[in-house]
Amino acid sequence: MALELQAITKRVGQVTHIKETTLVLEPGRFNVLLGETGSGKTSLIKAMAGLDRVASGRILMDGKDVTGMSPQKRNISLVHQFFVNYPHMTVFDNIASPLRVAGLAKSEIQGRVEAAADVLQLRPMLHRRPHELSGGQQQRTALARAIAKESTAVFLDEPLANLDYKLREELRDQLPDLFAGRGAVVVYATSEPAEALMLGGRTALMQDGRVTQFGPTAEIFRNPNTLTSAKVFSDPPINSAPVTKKGDRMELGHGVGWALTGAAAGLKDGAYTVAIRPNYISPVRTDRAHVPMTGTVQITELSGSESTAHFRMGAETWVSLAPGVHPYRVGEDREFFMDPAQCFYFAPDGAFVA
Amino acid sequence: MRKVNQKGWFFVLPVLILVAFNALVPMMTVVNYSVQETFGDNVFFWQGLDWFQQILRSERFHAALGRQFLFTAMILAIEVPLGVIIALSMPRKGFWVPVCLVTMALPMLIPWNVVGAMWNIFTLPDIGLLGYLMNHTLGIDYNMTQDPVAAWITVIVMDVWHWTSLVVLLCYAGLVSIPDAYYQAAKIDGASNWSVFRYIQLPKMKQVLTIAVLLRFMDSFNIYTEPFVLTGGGPGNSTTLLSIDLVKIALGQFDLGPAAAMSLIYFAITLFVSWLFYTLMTRNDAK
Repeated sequence: MALELQAITKRVGQVTHIKETTLVLEPGRFNVLLGETGSGKTSLIKAMAGLDRVASGRILMDGKDVTGMSPQKRNISLVHQFFVNYPHMTVFDNIASPLRVAGLAKSEIQGRVEAAADVLQLRPMLHRRPHELSGGQQQRTALARAIAKESTAVFLDEPLANLDYKLREELRDQLPDLFAGRGAVVVYATSEPAEALMLGGRTALMQDGRVTQFGPTAEIFRNPNTLTSAKVFSDPPINSAPVTKKGDRMELGHGVGWALTGAAAGLKDGAYTVAIRPNYISPVRTDRAHVPMTGTVQITELSGSESTAHFRMGAETWVSLAPGVHPYRVGEDREFFMDPAQCFYFAPDGAFVA
Repeated sequence: MRKVNQKGWFFVLPVLILVAFNALVPMMTVVNYSVQETFGDNVFFWQGLDWFQQILRSERFHAALGRQFLFTAMILAIEVPLGVIIALSMPRKGFWVPVCLVTMALPMLIPWNVVGAMWNIFTLPDIGLLGYLMNHTLGIDYNMTQDPVAAWITVIVMDVWHWTSLVVLLCYAGLVSIPDAYYQAAKIDGASNWSVFRYIQLPKMKQVLTIAVLLRFMDSFNIYTEPFVLTGGGPGNSTTLLSIDLVKIALGQFDLGPAAAMSLIYFAITLFVSWLFYTLMTRNDAK
């Protein structure tokens, strides 16, 4: 019951929206599409849903070729970022609408709608109209429609983006359970790395209409295959800078360098790019092996439990994200400490090397 | 006692003055005429509600009112569905959008008396393009200056030509504001074209459609210039609509009292029917 994309591409006029993409999406856990706005997530979903034609390649559902098939015949559901419900139908009729089109018996429809409404706590609202509901309830109605339909594939295109953060967290926690055990392929598009990590499952990183990496979410977070993938899957953005390897040392310039251990020690001498997540650069030294870097503080942000500082060292700006409250002053020169064991190294072409 | 801030009155004063001069004062003049009789020289005699009674009992008024309702009903029955259909078949994007919009807007840009004159010349049996074509080429007897049915058809077609665009443009604005997501949802559900219209487009167009119906009702109910220029109310009285009759009484016969009473009755009917339409079309929204 998998959804398979075989070398599909999509073009609109002269513009290529999806570059050759091959993916196998399986049911049972979330398949997250993670990428910035404009990276091709919605394009890919529309192609999979059959709303847009692919220029080349094949799409298989359950081993069956559905490339030229209409969206209706594919038995899919799509939940949008906007709350899309039929404005003059009650919540019940909204959830029931695809079942009625499919010509199901009345009692069957009643049962399925009520079951879906129970899961999404919509029972008391079944006879209201969409405009009488809150944003969260409207989106729940759209989700209930997807569940009642028992689709083979469910596409969720940034479904939480227009909800306020409390509702968002609540619904996000429920989402994996909602679809667990239903046997549908669930595809979830988001632009937030944190959301991908919370939902788990598998993640496909997207950039410029291309899937740069696909695999179990935690694994690809820990092991980016390219500098691009590392950048896509990091929030706040991952730090990166050119470095030079000489003997058993990596030199960053400005007098900053460190001894290499592990796989990185075996690299050939030459130019590389180092990347390190902001949470591994701290204003306090917790380990003798951490490398001091001195920079000028430029921007600081305080959230309740974390402190962020952007500091400039030579031509590069670095970001440090540390737990606790740290009293930074803008303009001051201060030391930060970087954990060299957490560095990723990439070849000049962007490929991961160590 | 709590002190009430009376400054608010000061802020509504400009609107009050404006409304007074463009609505209240002229209207009160009419009210003034409607209860008095005058023989000129600015001498007036109190008449009470006599003029109102006279108008309400007059067969001439009943006939004109009947024609007016028939005319407006036909206008709404043709222009609203036709406008919706044209709006639905217009392209949503691409090169043809501005072409369609400008074409649609053109009739509305022509001054009303020019529209009347154009259609008059266009349909004259011997020299008009349409009139000549019908009578001499197609052999259909068509003479709107002599045949009441032909006159009615001509007046209706002229108004449809002139004003359907308004419905089209309003509905089109409503249609293009529907996000693509709705159409995608319908496609995925496998909804038919009729369902898309009934459950997505019509509900989303409802507000602009309410405005379109109201505007077309008021404009067609108060129509004067175009039919006056086209037929002058004839042949006979067959196309004498309310406003044409009103002008005949007021300026033709110079019966200011009855004309003023008729104006007020006319205004009351327009107001009442507009209120009725609005209430009926929006009654589900408030709940």
